[in-house]
Amino acid sequence: MGYIKNFGLFWYDFIVGDDWSVAVGVVIALIITALLAHQDVTAWWLMPLAVVAVLGVSLWRVTRPAD
Amino acid sequence: MSAVFLLVSTFLASAVEMVEALTIVLAVGITRGWRSALVGVGSAVVALAIVVALLGPALTRIPLNDLRIVVGALLLIFGLQWLRKAILRASGYKALHDEDAIYQRELAEAKTADTVVRASVDWYAFTLSFKGVFLEGLEVAFIVLTFGSTQGSIPLAAVGAAAAILIVGLAGVFIHAPLSRVPENTMKFAVGVMLTTFGTFWSAEGVGVNWPGSDAAIIGVLAFVLLISFAFVAALRQQRTRLAIAE
Repeated sequence: MGYIKNFGLFWYDFIVGDDWSVAVGVVIALIITALLAHQDVTAWWLMPLAVVAVLGVSLWRVTRPAD
Repeated sequence: MSAVFLLVSTFLASAVEMVEALTIVLAVGITRGWRSALVGVGSAVVALAIVVALLGPALTRIPLNDLRIVVGALLLIFGLQWLRKAILRASGYKALHDEDAIYQRELAEAKTADTVVRASVDWYAFTLSFKGVFLEGLEVAFIVLTFGSTQGSIPLAAVGAAAAILIVGLAGVFIHAPLSRVPENTMKFAVGVMLTTFGTFWSAEGVGVNWPGSDAAIIGVLAFVLLISFAFVAALRQQRTRLAIAE
């Protein structure tokens, strides 16, 4: 059981890394992009904007001044 | 153009990871003896070859669009993590990666660790070398396989990685010290930008987006990612200065 847990933790750490919000943000952005693209809406602009948002939030979470 | 990007990206990513692996292997080899360290390196290379042999053919069987969604998303997540760390380092929020300091720490730890001999190898030297090479190499293997399969050229991606491994390996043999002069932080920044660019492009294309200008849009995405990265670095530097003044 411990081995399976460690194996799972290794892959979580390898793929998701330090900040889970990056992975979640990317998946949400892709789902919205897919929905728009399948409605024949021009959607190429969404992923670059999502990059700014996801990166911005992730950086803000690390660098925000302590209260 | 894509081929050049592919080659440069895999070369830079592999070089950065191999510089880190080399630091660990050098520290272990010098303090604990080369035999066990090199057995660890060899075992890690074999393990990596098995991973590549299993994953490589499997990836080429996935339909290109599905592959681009999965690989694009993974590359984007990877790229954003690299870029995030690179931006934090460039803006002073995170200490710069210092191979000399890491080397000295590894040396000190290797000197004081107990010696346990199993199958006539020093277990500490073996496991540390194995882990160093395997974990850093796994990231290289992942980038080579995903980049290569999505671009339809795993061999070209492998050439970029092999060239980096060869150059870093030879430099390590001749210099016999950690490669602290390699501009590692700048290279990590560049790799982060490239992974984010390709991840953005492929994942969007995979879910059905038509990029204006088709493949040429990669240049536009690259410029955009570079621009926002520099903007984040500048904004965070300003924030640090403001906070320092306020204190």
